[in-house]
Amino acid sequence: MTLVPVKATSPGPARPPEPFVSMKGKVSGNGSNLMLWLPLFWMGILLFTVIFADVLPIRNPTESDFTALKARPSVEFLLGTDVLGRDIFARIIHGARVSLLVGFLAPVFGMLIGLSLGIMAGYYRGRFESFIVGMMDVILAFPNIVLAMCILFFAGASMVNLIIVLSITSIPANTRIARASTLVYAEREFVLAARSQGASDMRILWNEILPNIIMPQLAYILSFMSIVIMIEGSLAFLGVGIPPPTPTLGSMIAQGFPDINTDPHITFMPALFLFLTVLSLNLIGDYLRNIFTVRQSAL
Amino acid sequence: MSSYIRRKLLHLIPITFAVTALSFFFIDLLPGDVADAIAGVGTDNSMVDEKAVQAIREDLGLDRPIIVRYFSWLANAFQGELGRSYQTGQLVADAIGLRLPVTLQLLVMAQVLAVLFAIPAGILAAYRAGKVTDKCVTTLTFAFLAAPSFIIAIVLAFLFAVLLNWFPATGYVPFSDDPIDNLRSFTLPALALALIEWPILSRVLRNDLIETLQEDYISLAKAKGLSNAYILLRHALRPSSFTLITIVGIQLGNLISGAVIVENIFALPGLGSLLVNSIHSREILMVQGIIVVMAVAYVTINLAVDIFYGALDPRIRQ
Repeated sequence: MTLVPVKATSPGPARPPEPFVSMKGKVSGNGSNLMLWLPLFWMGILLFTVIFADVLPIRNPTESDFTALKARPSVEFLLGTDVLGRDIFARIIHGARVSLLVGFLAPVFGMLIGLSLGIMAGYYRGRFESFIVGMMDVILAFPNIVLAMCILFFAGASMVNLIIVLSITSIPANTRIARASTLVYAEREFVLAARSQGASDMRILWNEILPNIIMPQLAYILSFMSIVIMIEGSLAFLGVGIPPPTPTLGSMIAQGFPDINTDPHITFMPALFLFLTVLSLNLIGDYLRNIFTVRQSAL
Repeated sequence: MSSYIRRKLLHLIPITFAVTALSFFFIDLLPGDVADAIAGVGTDNSMVDEKAVQAIREDLGLDRPIIVRYFSWLANAFQGELGRSYQTGQLVADAIGLRLPVTLQLLVMAQVLAVLFAIPAGILAAYRAGKVTDKCVTTLTFAFLAAPSFIIAIVLAFLFAVLLNWFPATGYVPFSDDPIDNLRSFTLPALALALIEWPILSRVLRNDLIETLQEDYISLAKAKGLSNAYILLRHALRPSSFTLITIVGIQLGNLISGAVIVENIFALPGLGSLLVNSIHSREILMVQGIIVVMAVAYVTINLAVDIFYGALDPRIRQ
C-alpha cells in the first residue's frame, strides 16, 4: 500500500503538451504571485503579534468585563467579547500562540524522528525496513485524532503531552517520504563511488544522501504544520486538549457554538483565524513543494 | 492472485497483534493503578472505597503479569467480550454494537457524497487543465483542505440549520422509525465529512486523468471522432481511478477522525460521540474497546481495498 502524501499533489506530469490537454507550466506559477505574498503577509503579521503579544497593547485574555458580555466588535473590543466578557482578539492571539507553538514543535520533532527512521529504512533495506514500515502501518491504523485523544486521556492533557502526541502522529508520513527519496538516491553512482572509496554507512547517510533529501522533506513541513494545527484545534474543540484557562482557538469555537444563533461572531472570529492560518501554511507549503518537486512516482 | 491474497493476509497478522497490543497497553499509560483510575481515585468525586478498588483489581486480574493479561484480554476480545462499564454496568461490546450502525451509515453516506463531488470536479479540472476552470477547482480544493472538519460542520450548521432551517441541527431518528427523517438527520453531518474528503479525491483523480489523457488510445478515440464526454467517461475515467480507490481506503482514518467531531457537533449517537463521552466520564474500558474496534476496522478495510486493488490492476500483485 503506497501512501501518496495526500495534501501534496503536484500539478500534472512534465510531459510536452498534447492537443487534448494543454498544460501551461505550473498551476500556481503564472500570473501574479499573490497566492504566495498574501499568505506570507498574513503569517508575518500573525507571528509578529503572537511573539510580541505581551508587549503590544492587547487586553488580558482571561480578564472578564462583565459590563460588556457578548459585545459586538467595536473600537474598544476589536473583535467583540465572548460569553464571559473576555476580549476575543486577545484570546485569539493567545490561542494562536498555543496553536503555532504546538504546530511548529510537533512537526519538527516528527520530522527529526521520521527522517532518521526513513533514511535508515531506505538505506539498509531488508528486515529493518519491513519492521519500520510495519510500525508505521500500526500507527496509521489509529485515526490521528482518536490516537491523540486517547493518549492524552490516559497520559493526561498537558502542553508537553500534546506536543509528544502530535509528534507521534506526524512520524509515519515523514518516514515514508524520507524512505522513498532515500530509495532513489541509495542506488545512484555517487553513493556507489563513496562506498567504493571505503566510506562508512554513517558517512554515506550523512554526507551523500541527507543533503539530497533534506530540501524536499523540509518542503513538506509546512503541510504537516497545517495538519497539526488542525488536529490541535479539533482536540481543543472536543475539550480534550490543553485544559483551561489557557485560551485555544478550538476551545473558543466550542464555547461560542451554543450562542451561534444570536452571537455568531464569538464562534466565527477564531474559526476565521484558524482557517486563514491553515490556508496560508498550505499555500506557502505548496509553493515550496513546487520548487523542490519530489518525484511523485517514487512515493 | 491467491498468493497475493495470502501474502496480504499474512501481513495482517503481525499488524493486528501490534494494533491490539498498543490499544491494550494504552491503559498502562495511566498514572498509578488501572483499578484506582476506574474507581475514581484522584478525581474530584473521590469517595473511594478501598474494597471497590480491590474488587476491580481482582475482576481484571491485575496481579497477573501484563503479557498474560494481554493474551487473556485478546482471547476475550476475539469473542466479542471487551469488559463492562463499571459505572453503568453496560457491556462495552453492547454499547459499541448499538452505536456502530450510526457511524457506518454516516461514513458510507459521506464517502458516497465525496465521490459524487470529486468525480465531476476531477474530470472538469483535468479536461481543462491549466485553464480558468481548472484554477477555480484547484482554488476551491485548497480552501476546503484548509478548513478543519469542525469548522465546516459549524458553518453548515449555521447556514442550513440556523439561517435557512432546512435540516435539523441535532437529533437522530433511527432508520426503522422514519427513513426520510433519518436521512434528513444524516444530511448535514455526512455533507460536512464529504466536504473535507472530496478535495483530496478530486486532486488525485485530476492528476491521474491528466496522465491518462496523454495516452495514445485517447488520441485514437479522438481521431475516431468520439465526443469529448464519451472519451472522458468511457475511456479515461476507469483507468484513472485506481489511485482514487486506494485513497478512499487510506482516507478512512481521516474520515473516522472527522466522524468523531461531526457526531459530537450534530449529536449523532455514533461511536465517535460515545468515545468522547466515555473520555469525559473516564470510562476506561469503553475507551479501550472503541479504539481497538476502530483500529482493527481500519486495518481490515484497507486489506480489503488492497485485495480489490490487486484484482483490478494485475501489475501491483508482482
